[in-house]
Amino acid sequence: MPQLTDLLFYGFAALTLLFGFLCVANPLSRNPVTSAMFLVLTIISMAGLFILLHAFFLAAVQVLVYAGAVMVLFLFVIMLLDLKEEERRKLRKFTVGLGAVAVAAIAGILIKATLSAVPLAAGKVVEGNTKPLGVALFTQYLLPFEILSILLLVAMVGVILLSKKELK
Amino acid sequence: MSAMIQAGLQHYLIVSVLLFSLGLFGVLARRNLIVIYMGLELMLNAANLALVAFSHFNANLNGQVMVFFIITVAAAEVAVGLALIVALYRKRSTAHVEDLTSLKY
Repeated sequence: MPQLTDLLFYGFAALTLLFGFLCVANPLSRNPVTSAMFLVLTIISMAGLFILLHAFFLAAVQVLVYAGAVMVLFLFVIMLLDLKEEERRKLRKFTVGLGAVAVAAIAGILIKATLSAVPLAAGKVVEGNTKPLGVALFTQYLLPFEILSILLLVAMVGVILLSKKELK
Repeated sequence: MSAMIQAGLQHYLIVSVLLFSLGLFGVLARRNLIVIYMGLELMLNAANLALVAFSHFNANLNGQVMVFFIITVAAAEVAVGLALIVALYRKRSTAHVEDLTSLKY
């Protein structure tokens, strides 16, 4: 008899894959805004999968950072560009077909490798892991954490420099 | 039979593989830089899902720390990449890879 968590897993997995498909290859609309909206839905469904994996903090970060900050950035940039252009262009059937074949081959290899692996013995589950995660971040991983803050600063300065009208 | 239905590590990994393939397909098939970027984000998210699944089923938090770092780096990368796209659009007024084939302008 399937448990509730398993049913939720199948639901969220199906939603993630469906929205992901609609994000990259929506048959009805090629508008980038539609793709961005479906990317938001994909990311929120993935946050559901994270919660099923007891990664509550990462689920919250996923929604805040991806669905919040990153997608706002995407939408801002889409508004700056020409939207009609994308809908006028035809996708090349040949390119799409070859891409699908290549991707299906890679997916087939990876799935076969996954299925042929020996399953893990059921280990103990990490429960309520926000506190241990914070402890690990600020003790064992303190140096990468601080380097990350420098990386964000560098990215911020770089973006400001890149989006100035003319460089002196 | 119940082991097949019960969502284990392999189930999560297969979802991750399929999501990665979708992202890769978006990168290969679409011609708009923004949508290609969204495909890249899908691939990063698929890797995150695999890492969180490994972390959960091995009862090891290091995978989640890695995912935290990946999310942060991805945010920085998106900001820089989109700024590059905007700068490119200012110069060439297109965001299509087919119009951007010359090395020197």
